This record gives sequence, structure tokens and C-alpha cells, in this order.
Amino acid sequence: MGETMSEKILSKHAGQKLKAGQLAQIPVDLVLANDITAPISLREFKRLGVEKVFDPEKVVLVPDHFAPNKDIKSAEQCKQMREFARSQELAHYFEVGRMGIEHALLPEQGLVRPGEVVVGADSHTCTYGALGAFATGMGSTDIAVAMATGQIWMKVPQTIKFVYKGRLPKWVGGKDLILHTIGDIGVEGALYMAMEFTGEAVGQLSVDGRLTMSNMAIEAGGKAGLFNVDDKTVQYLKGRTDQPYTIYRSDPDAAYARVIEYDVTKLEPQVAFPHLPSNARPLSQVGQVPIDQAVIGSCTNGRLEDLEVAAMLLNGRQVARDVRCIIIPATQQIYLQAVRNGWAEIFVQAGAVLSTPTCGPCLGGHMGILAAGERCVSTTNRNFVGRMGHPQSEVYLAGPAVAAASAVLGRIGGPDEL
Amino acid sequence: MKLKGRVWKYGDNVDTDAIIPARYLNMSTAAELAEHCMEDIDLSFVQEVKPGDIVVGGNNFGCGSSREHAPLALKGAQVSCVVAKSFARIFFRNAINIGLPILECPAAVDGTQAGQTLEVELETGTIRNVDTGAVFHAEAFPPFMLDLIRAGGLVEYTKEQLKERK
Ligand code: SF4
Repeated sequence: MGETMSEKILSKHAGQKLKAGQLAQIPVDLVLANDITAPISLREFKRLGVEKVFDPEKVVLVPDHFAPNKDIKSAEQCKQMREFARSQELAHYFEVGRMGIEHALLPEQGLVRPGEVVVGADSHTCTYGALGAFATGMGSTDIAVAMATGQIWMKVPQTIKFVYKGRLPKWVGGKDLILHTIGDIGVEGALYMAMEFTGEAVGQLSVDGRLTMSNMAIEAGGKAGLFNVDDKTVQYLKGRTDQPYTIYRSDPDAAYARVIEYDVTKLEPQVAFPHLPSNARPLSQVGQVPIDQAVIGSCTNGRLEDLEVAAMLLNGRQVARDVRCIIIPATQQIYLQAVRNGWAEIFVQAGAVLSTPTCGPCLGGHMGILAAGERCVSTTNRNFVGRMGHPQSEVYLAGPAVAAASAVLGRIGGPDEL
Repeated sequence: MKLKGRVWKYGDNVDTDAIIPARYLNMSTAAELAEHCMEDIDLSFVQEVKPGDIVVGGNNFGCGSSREHAPLALKGAQVSCVVAKSFARIFFRNAINIGLPILECPAAVDGTQAGQTLEVELETGTIRNVDTGAVFHAEAFPPFMLDLIRAGGLVEYTKEQLKERK
């Protein structure tokens, strides 16, 4: 019986042959925490009684959730993290003005490579599976131990293989594929499992679109969301990293828990209704849903390709009178590119807000909190009760094309209606 | 270890934003977080929860973000244990790592109403509904996790390991 990609990567790291279901200590290549999870990690790190992190090149800290600091308490949390980064001489601490949302930033900066194992105190660490790495989110205490020892206990997951057949229709992207998938298998459809995304349609996606899909593996309960490395991945890595890396592929006879196939030829853009990412519907079945806000950003859809779609649709148009449209480039580099490409001007002319990189409204932090009864269409990844503000507000998840079109229409709708 | 407490019962997919809303993540101690535990889905929880109480949930309890603040908030509210049909992966790890007992037992969840009293024996995974007399058996933890729990959580366990290595 052959092995899955996950089994191969984890076996290689552990130095012993591992099968799905086995518990093992796994050495890691990169450890991540942010301004809300790091404070607990640092507290536990201290309790461990260890002086130094296992490798100052391999511990990454990013202030992105409540930064630029939204209040005094957030400022204190960022300060703790900054001081730790300085005293430990961490190579990769990204200060405000040079930072980005962690899961957009790390791949962009070439810090993640195929075949590596990455753990982060953030559930969307699974994003890096798009580059053929085994990446998964954990809690702060786990991350404290990983920072101290360079390894962590893990259970080798079983794998569900997804095969996306056919060619992608216009306006259908990675976000629509993953919302459709979660809508099909449910928010615990891949609980404790690795998801492998394959097929002609995902080959068509850019690396940005793949990062979007891996990002939301956790929304199906998944431990990781992996893609095979292809020419596009190799191109993406060129110029970002000069470190060697190993490409792993699942064997043709690997033991999968399930194989699920989709024909995407007729797939429409998807919208997930409140209050679960699995409440996905095709755009044509959304009906009349007026909105108060549209958010385009986050680690899911705040990348260059997402802003490009938004710019294309907002060019020469106006955000509807009753809508606040908030656009948040996920990193400084993306922000700069948006300025250079003239998109910044398009956004401002259209009557949208263009924000510095931050998680902000995605988790109801700042920069666009909803009041009771308000509705937002958002390119983020979660629409739980109270996620973007008041417990009686509503979040509808969609890709950047639907979010931008909706901002203009004043209700949830698609680019074809503009 | 025997735990006994009154039951707070919730449905499927209780997410970590429900257990502790993100707006409170500018704090990180169990006591501070406990003051806002569950408030977006159940305002009475914080007001009426008593030390030892037991939270019972459906499938996929603790789904969503990786915030360890969620099990910490429950621990801070002095909840003695969580029983659910299934747990989200990261919540499961976090709870074990910080020493909040959790048990997976669909039958116990179906056989328990809010307000009833449960008695839980961790070593054997036995759950008894004091009101109805019904007894349920939860899945046993794998040996490695029992070691973690016995050591008092991941930090203590790692400390022991580090000492041995020296
Ligand atoms: S953008 Fe949203 S989902 Fe992504 S890391 Fe930030 S808070 Fe989490």
C-alpha cells in the first residue's frame, strides 16, 4: 500500500515510517504566532524554563490581528511580543509598516517551502499546504513547546482526496471551489483529516487561488489542505527562496479515507449564508439580500489577484450609497503593488476605504465592526455568530468578484449584473 | 479523579467565537476571559455557572480559531469538564494541553438534559447521570495523552522530558 503526501512528509521529519493514526514527535521547520496567540505562548515558554528558542531563524512573530494597535491592551500584547523578538534576536519579526496578515506574508516572503512542516498558533496556518508543505494550526501552549524544543506531538492524519474535474467557469475561483466543498461535506466533513486538492480545475488556479483553498481546510475541520507542487508553484518560489526543498507526492495506490469528485464546469460563484461556512449556495439562489458593508481582504482573499478582480469591477463605478466598502491588502507588498497598478486610485474614487494590512474586521477586531442587524458580504473565512461584531449582525462569505459587485449593487450579486 | 456538576447543554458546532468572542482576545488570563465566556450565545452562563459545572455539546465542539483562550475561559469559569459528541481538533489539543478534562461520548450527550447533574470518572471514562441513573462510557484516551494529563499538561510533560534529556 502506498503512502499519502502527509505520511511521507511527516515520516521524513520524524525519521521513522509513519502511517495515518500514529502519534509521533515531529521536528518542525517553522513556528508561528501572532499578537493574540503569542502572549499566551510566551507565558508558557517562560514556564518551561528554557532560555532560548530552538532556532531564532525559525520562529516567526507577526502583529496582525489587532495591529496597528486598536487599544491599550492590544498595544501591551504587541509590546510583549516585540520585546521577546528583540531579546531572542528573532530573524523574522515583522513590524507594523513592514508586516502583513501572517498567512499571506509567510509564503510571499519565501519562508515556507514544499515538503516542510510548519506549525502556527493560528488555525489558518493550514494555508501553506498550497505550496506542498504540511502546515497546521495549534494552540499557544503547543507553540510554546515547539518554540522551545523545535518539535511537537502530532497524530498523522488520514487523507481525503478531492478531484476537481473540468474547466473553471468565468468568475469562479478558489474561494468558490472551497465554499462549494465545505457546503458539500460540512464543517466537520474533514475533521482530523488532511485534504488533498487535485484535478484539472485546481491546476488552472494561480498560487493565490490555491492559498485561498488551503486556507479554508480548517473550516471543514481539516488538519491540513495540500496541493501538489507544479510549474506554477516552482515559478512562485523562484526569487522568494534560494533554499533547497523536496517535493512529495501521494503514491497512486495511497490509502485515502475517501475520494470525492466534483465536476466544476457548471459551478456558479458561491455565497455562504450565516452562521456557518457550510451554508453555501450558488449565487443564482441567493435572492434579495441587501448589505450594509462589503469587506475585501483577509488571509483568505486579500492577495494581489483578489484586489485585481476588485479593481477591475470597481473601475469607473461607485460603491452603492448605503454600503461601506472596505478593502484591505493583506501585505505591504500587495498594498504597494495596488498603488503602482493604479488600483488604489480606483478604490478611493469608487468610494471605498483602502486600509493598511490588518486582520481587522475579519475577526471583529477593528476597522469595520458591525452593529446589531447589519449585514456584510465578506471575502473572509468565517461567518459565525458575532464574528464581525454584534451577535445579531450577519456575515455572508464570498469571493472577491461577488463582494466587489455586491458593493456596487447594494445587495449580494455577481459581476454579470453590473 | 471524580468530577460532579450541573449540566449546561449546547448544540452542534459550538465555535470558539461563541466560547470567547474575539473582541476579548486583547486579554489572556483565565479569570479575565471567564467573565465573557459563552456570552454571545448564552448570557446566563456567566451569571449562573458554578464551580464544577459541566458543559455538554454536540458534534465538532470548539470548531473555528486556534485560540487557547476558549478552553482557558471555560477553565476560568471553573467548568470541571466538557462532554461532547466530537471535538474540533485544535480545541481537543488545547484542552488536554492546559489540563481541561474533555470526553467524547455521543450516548452521554443524547442521554443528558440541561440542568441535570453528571458524575464523571476520568480514569475509566465513566459518566453517570445522577438524575436518571443512566451510565455511559466515553472513549479511553491513548496512553500518550494519559501521560500528558497525568503530568498536568504539555508544559509539565515537556519539562520532564527536557530534564530527562539532560
Ligand atoms: S485574516 Fe482573519 S482568519 Fe486570517 S489570520 Fe487574520 S483573523 Fe485569522
